[in-house]
Amino acid sequence: MKPSAFEYFTASTVAEAISLLERYEDEAKIIAGGQSLVPMMNFRVAQPEVLIDINGIKELDYIRQEDDEIVIGALTRERDVELSPLVQEKCPILAEAISLIGHASIRTRGTIGGSLVHADPAAEIPVAIYGLDAKMKVVGPSGERTLEPEEFFLSYLTTSLEPSEILVEVRIPVLPQKTGWSFVELTRRRGDFYIVAVASILFMGKGGVCKEARICLGGVGPTSIRAEEAEEILAGQVITDALIEKAGQKAAEAADPESDYHASAEYRRDMTRVFVQRGLAEARNRAKGG
Amino acid sequence: MPEHLKTFEHKKRNWVGKPLKRKEDLRLLTGRGTFMDDIRLPDMKHAATLRSPYPHAWIKGINVSEALNFPGVRGILTGEDVAKMSNPFPVGVPVPPKYYCCAIDKVRFVGEPVAVVVADDRYVAEDALDLITVDYEPLPVVMDIEEAMSPEAPVLHDNIGSNIYSHRFFQYGDMDKAYKEADLVVKGKFHFPKYGSTPIETYGVIASYNPFSEEFVIYNNYQGPFVNHSLVAIALGIPENKMRWIVPTDIGGGFGTKTGLYPSIALIALAAKKTGMTVKWIEDRREHLLASATGTDRVTYMEAAVKKDGTILGLKDKAIDNTGGYIRAPEPGCAYRSTGNHTGGYQIRNLDREVLVVGTNKCLTAPNRGYTCQELYFSLERMIDLVASELGMDTAEIRFKNFIQPDQFPYTTATGGIYDAGDYQKVFQMALDKIDYKKMREEQRKAREQGRLMGIGFSTVVDPSVTNIAYVTLALTPEERAKGHPKSGSGEAVIIKMDPLGKVHVIACTNPQGQGHDTVISQIVADELGVHPDDVTVSNVVDTHDRVYSITTGSYSSRFSSVVTTAVVTAARRLTEKMLKIAAHLLEANVKELEIQEGKICVKGSPDKSMQMRHVAGTAHWNQAALPEGMDAGLYETCLYTMPTSQPPDELDRVNSSNTYGFMAEAIVVEVDPETGEVKILKWASVHDAGTILNPALLEGQVMGSCAHGLGGSLYEEWAYDENGQCITASFQDYLVPTAMEVPKIDIGHVEIPSPITALGSKGAGESSCMSVPACIGNAIADALAPLGVTISELPLSPNKIWHLIQKAKKKR
Repeated sequence: MKPSAFEYFTASTVAEAISLLERYEDEAKIIAGGQSLVPMMNFRVAQPEVLIDINGIKELDYIRQEDDEIVIGALTRERDVELSPLVQEKCPILAEAISLIGHASIRTRGTIGGSLVHADPAAEIPVAIYGLDAKMKVVGPSGERTLEPEEFFLSYLTTSLEPSEILVEVRIPVLPQKTGWSFVELTRRRGDFYIVAVASILFMGKGGVCKEARICLGGVGPTSIRAEEAEEILAGQVITDALIEKAGQKAAEAADPESDYHASAEYRRDMTRVFVQRGLAEARNRAKGG
Repeated sequence: MPEHLKTFEHKKRNWVGKPLKRKEDLRLLTGRGTFMDDIRLPDMKHAATLRSPYPHAWIKGINVSEALNFPGVRGILTGEDVAKMSNPFPVGVPVPPKYYCCAIDKVRFVGEPVAVVVADDRYVAEDALDLITVDYEPLPVVMDIEEAMSPEAPVLHDNIGSNIYSHRFFQYGDMDKAYKEADLVVKGKFHFPKYGSTPIETYGVIASYNPFSEEFVIYNNYQGPFVNHSLVAIALGIPENKMRWIVPTDIGGGFGTKTGLYPSIALIALAAKKTGMTVKWIEDRREHLLASATGTDRVTYMEAAVKKDGTILGLKDKAIDNTGGYIRAPEPGCAYRSTGNHTGGYQIRNLDREVLVVGTNKCLTAPNRGYTCQELYFSLERMIDLVASELGMDTAEIRFKNFIQPDQFPYTTATGGIYDAGDYQKVFQMALDKIDYKKMREEQRKAREQGRLMGIGFSTVVDPSVTNIAYVTLALTPEERAKGHPKSGSGEAVIIKMDPLGKVHVIACTNPQGQGHDTVISQIVADELGVHPDDVTVSNVVDTHDRVYSITTGSYSSRFSSVVTTAVVTAARRLTEKMLKIAAHLLEANVKELEIQEGKICVKGSPDKSMQMRHVAGTAHWNQAALPEGMDAGLYETCLYTMPTSQPPDELDRVNSSNTYGFMAEAIVVEVDPETGEVKILKWASVHDAGTILNPALLEGQVMGSCAHGLGGSLYEEWAYDENGQCITASFQDYLVPTAMEVPKIDIGHVEIPSPITALGSKGAGESSCMSVPACIGNAIADALAPLGVTISELPLSPNKIWHLIQKAKKKR
């Protein structure tokens, strides 16, 4: 379990990282926290010829509010996001999702940007990002562009980043007060990759009516997905147990899971139902201030 | 108790029984331990092993030329070399497979060694592995235990002609009579999974060969038994005294897994001999999870002949073990090791057994903490619950009904086990009290009314310690045994010496793997010699050239607290005896008049006639002329103690397969989530009788560890393969070991029933709950799911598996 030989560069600015990417393109991999890349290299599943270490790009390590958005630099450590008072107040679902990643030592090293570009379909951050409708800012030789989750994530471990582009920032809309939310997942052990994860967000209107519902599923397809038909069941309604039950069933229909050693496709599908129902109940409770 | 058995008087002790902190802690906690990878020898090169990606294939050819030319590569060993340079390992079955340390012309499991590259560093060695091309011709695989026995199954070893390595029938008592007298017969089938121990430190070997003396020096982290030193010498075709094994001070966990290291020792030794280099190999985690060693998986068919009142008259079982692509020593021990305690804690006098050991295209086996007692007790204790369920009887009551009674000890079982001491009722009652059993049944009734799935499980099992190597010969019939050489024994060697200034040093060979042996040895010696534990130092590593050891030496089968402690006490008493003789001579007194008090040897009743012990020691070393006539100078004593209860099997296949027999009762309350199949443990009591407690802090650690290990086998751990023979749990992402987050609070209790056959009354405790927990959790979950009509017959019980069982039961209804 030793990696194959690679050349190693450090970049201290985004521009430097991009020029290195331009020079080596597909041969190069960016390393930030290395919590997924290093094991993959040790297993020789990944054999990059060039590593570009961006841990020195201090300009990418920040959490701040800009108008109605929480803006997080790609190199910000997961643990810093999890413990940030700003994130905990304005976007608590993200802090909750991150708290379920591996263990504290892993989160202390892993970065929010690293998790996003790795695009593991069993990772927590992408599920939350889908649910939050966040935007990813990427920079390349020809300038910058901003991508929606649906544009950013293409498939299993695949994003729409060009070989010489780098993710620099995540922009997350602040959740209005009294928004109901939950992030629930089923894992074999604490900290394991999940079998199913569900992010639920209920935007509340007057009279206890849910204006808009977002239900995002992880673990049931090559990327996280929004359970749109289930969301529609809840939109404009006062959320009852019966609606929650129906939404869970609808969400399970949207799931397209595969079987593996830990969970059969059937089980994953049914757990999608169960965790959507449990997640929605928790979110509704929060919306009520419970 | 047979008359020839030695029994010991147990006196009150000062240091033994105290929770002394470990002497080993400072060096281990500050990163100053010496493990295999800390050993760096001059000019050392590094090995990487090419392993088969196929579960079953012919090797048509290997091309190493490109790899040999890779910069930094010093040499490559292939199966062709191994066939020329070594022999297959001997193993105690009628027709042994040709098991070499490396595949020769055929691979039989994924991960089997195919070649070894020796290079300047491990990185280069692994690069070169990618440059070796092997021409494989894949063959059909057999992965299922029972399919392996089918005449249509692909045969792994042509010289055997089938996949059955060992097959025997045993009859104890009169099972026909039991069937006739029975009111009913209850049947069950059980499948225990293949799982291991995954110690933190993996295997490691450093080998060098001196062509002039024709001698190997091999550093390795082998845990024993050193019977395998002989086997490696045979495989290498050398005399044993031409192979020196040195084990470092610290081993990062063994749990039986490291008894599977010896083929790798031979492999790296051959790589060293071929290349002329000092070669180091540290197994990586992927190699460990593909190709180290697991316990056997087992299918058991069991029948119990019972009376209406719950009395179990007899058992009939057929157990099929799976040792994977080959069978290697100490297997087929898996099938025979628990012979003496096969009927557990119960008075069952009639037993028919059929035993099979088969091969499939899976990783090989070795003893795994509990060595097949978890397999045995999973079927036996599940069976007890099935019987209770058939009879509508309480699962605690049926156990009390069948237990061996306290006044029956020492108790000889139908299969020849001699249970030294016990009070099973007391141990079990404590476990029941700890969970508040009656209240729990009441809560369960209420929970069931609400549709909640709550369950209560027990397992009450005998904990055998100190293997008697005789049991392995049960693989042969009594007639076959009569023609060969008998085997028996459980010996362990200890040397104790007092230096000229009166301090004590003990040399032991237990290869501790974190158990704290040095601490306990110091406690024992402090009591025996009347010194402080800090005045005792211990050197406790095996060097086969320098140390006195026995073929059974090592840390396995929870030997330390029974046999090693007895050896320590015996050696210390011999030393005391010699010191008293010297003092008697110098004080012109009779030995019988002397006593030891606070570092002094005194004549009873004459306080002025005394000598400091250190002056006695000084005389023994510095004034040898003053010693009694005919006495050896110096103060050194050796004891190689073997338990007299370690006798060969008799002509009726009865054998005392272990030597001391502890007892434990687990009581676990669970709740199963009916929607997800997740299991939550609400209460867990684990009560043990390990005899005299030597150091309660260390015992607590052993019990916690064994509970966690048992929990792993119950809910999480499995060496899993797909139907094509690929191992699908080859990293810690998929091979799930329970962490601190998964292990609930455990209420541990102890009952001390001293063993009469050990010097301090202690029995084993190192393996303990990993034998009883899988059965207990299985029983608890079965009880929880009983209202749904689900039965539990296999492990591990993942949420996915439980969910499928629930769905299947729902469909049936």
